[in-house]
Amino acid sequence: MESLQGNWRNSRVRTSTPSWRRFKDRIAFSLGFLCVTLAMIPLASILFEVVRNGATALSVQFLTGTPALVTLPTGNAALAGGIAVSIEGTLVLMGLTAVIAVPIGLLAGVYLAEFGDNRFGRSIRFLNDVLSEFPSIVIGILVYSILVVGLRVGFSAFAGGVALSIIMLPIVTRTTEESIKLVPRSVRDAAMALGIRKWRATISVVLSTARSGVVTGALLSIARISGESAPLLLTIGTSSYFFSGLNQQVDALPVRIFLLSSENYVSGAQQQGWGAALILIVLVLCLNLAVRIATRGKYGAVRSRI
Amino acid sequence: MDKELKAENTKPILISRPVEPLKIQTDKLNAWFGNNHVLKDVSLRIKENHVTAIIGPSGCGKSTLIRCMNRMHELVPQAKVSGAVLLDDANVYAKGVDPVSVRRKIGMVFQKPNPFPTMSVYDNVAAGLKLNGERDHARLDRAVKRSLDLAFLWEEVKHELDKSGSSLSGGQQQRLCIARALAVEPEVLLMDEPCSALDPIATAKIEELITNLKDQYTVVIVTHNMQQAARVSDYTAFLYLGQLIEYGETTNLFENPTEELTERYLTGKFG
Ligand SMILES: Nc1ncnc2c1ncn2[C@@H]1O[C@H](COP(=O)(O)OP(=O)(O)OP(=O)(O)O)[C@@H](O)[C@H]1O
Ligand SMILES: [Mg+2]
Repeated sequence: MESLQGNWRNSRVRTSTPSWRRFKDRIAFSLGFLCVTLAMIPLASILFEVVRNGATALSVQFLTGTPALVTLPTGNAALAGGIAVSIEGTLVLMGLTAVIAVPIGLLAGVYLAEFGDNRFGRSIRFLNDVLSEFPSIVIGILVYSILVVGLRVGFSAFAGGVALSIIMLPIVTRTTEESIKLVPRSVRDAAMALGIRKWRATISVVLSTARSGVVTGALLSIARISGESAPLLLTIGTSSYFFSGLNQQVDALPVRIFLLSSENYVSGAQQQGWGAALILIVLVLCLNLAVRIATRGKYGAVRSRI
Repeated sequence: MDKELKAENTKPILISRPVEPLKIQTDKLNAWFGNNHVLKDVSLRIKENHVTAIIGPSGCGKSTLIRCMNRMHELVPQAKVSGAVLLDDANVYAKGVDPVSVRRKIGMVFQKPNPFPTMSVYDNVAAGLKLNGERDHARLDRAVKRSLDLAFLWEEVKHELDKSGSSLSGGQQQRLCIARALAVEPEVLLMDEPCSALDPIATAKIEELITNLKDQYTVVIVTHNMQQAARVSDYTAFLYLGQLIEYGETTNLFENPTEELTERYLTGKFG
């Protein structure tokens, strides 16, 4: 015992005096700080650029008008009007996608969490993971060839919604499964011991306990697909008119940003592109805020008190 | 039935009083977790409207025994049961018996308070009824009040029924769980070390309410605490390595145990 203590003292003296430790602590802290700063640079500069360039495009007309070309006195064409059609299109697509993907993903997630502990469940989980890593352009091509051309649905909001759903589905499934698995055994046991049927216990007790995680997953996946452009390029077409049906072509902000920013000859187009980008970012930010608010509900408050 | 039970019991069960109705009888009950044989031929007869304590060293199968009674054991993957558990002479493991209906008659309170975290106090108590389709508000209100009363919690929470169940103190949460189990009007209440996470005052409250419950219910309580078993129970069963070593009236068992193992356990020689 004594020799052990002696050894320990010796080694402490040799390697780490208090000042050396404090020095190491400083180094570690500075490195961490540096890395955080580095990581923030791209985010900050993107935000800065988008706000600087996009803010000048903002006006009531920009937010509420339809695209219009005007001829300048010089004879050149210029873009006026606004991007209301694209904003509406994006909202329609987000809603449609959520309506398709959330229920399916939710049920799939519940299934995997509750009954997925077998070969079939593991295969589904694996395929789901593969699907979530799929390049989104491939999903666009798939929907294009099967739905748009193959089944002659044509460029339409519906085709776009299907393509986005395929992207969203694995995310919702995964997050639902994960949040359900976080629900402690004891809660499940308590429900079963009350003589509640398993499906009822799963939906009313387990899923409701996992609620904030599930809602977060769904909202984040909507935020994720709201910025997708590749699959939409091949599925929704374009439109200068407000939404008129799921089988009609629609516009969407990411596609509009792409078109506007690659337009070099019409003046005002680039500026509108920045404006549209700003709106899209604000939209995504709002969704993230919604996540914050949704998870701060009753349960969140309770949890933080414990 | 009675004769059968006696004949195959490993140790004779000596109960001196005249016949009182039995509520639960286990008959050669065996239970496994995978290949781990944790209950061996346990035959136990639990009297109606009495408190029965189950004691024994950690890992001897106390929780498994009571989880077999309301068919919770089979929810664990790889878990197996053989033998019979009779509730009022009907085998709960008979073919065609719905485990859900068994659990509704035999309620359970767990070691750690486990209120439903997203539900209010009211909904926690009403959950068992609501989720089985009860919609009548007046009836729900009555059941909630009655159960909280029985659990000695009504006075403390009557003004905050909307508060989240998990915002109560540990002792209150455990009483909430008791109220939740009572709200579905079971006939038997199984309690698995209900006080082990609680301080002495909260424990005393729960012990008092257990004593109070036996007019209406049959209570089976697992406990590590000998004094608690002595205080609350009428009968005590001593379990060791999955076997029922001794069972009898609590005072008898504590004062003159017939088995050496029991005596050694009670005097703290092991466990
Ligand atoms: N979920 C489980 N999976 C596998 N084995 C288990 C499980 N639960 C319990 N066991 C095993 O079964 C045996 C009996 O466990 P049980 O929980 O019934 O003991 P206990 O008497 O309640 O112990 P304690 O007093 O510590 O609660 C133990 O050996 C334990 O290892
Ligand atoms: Mg136990």
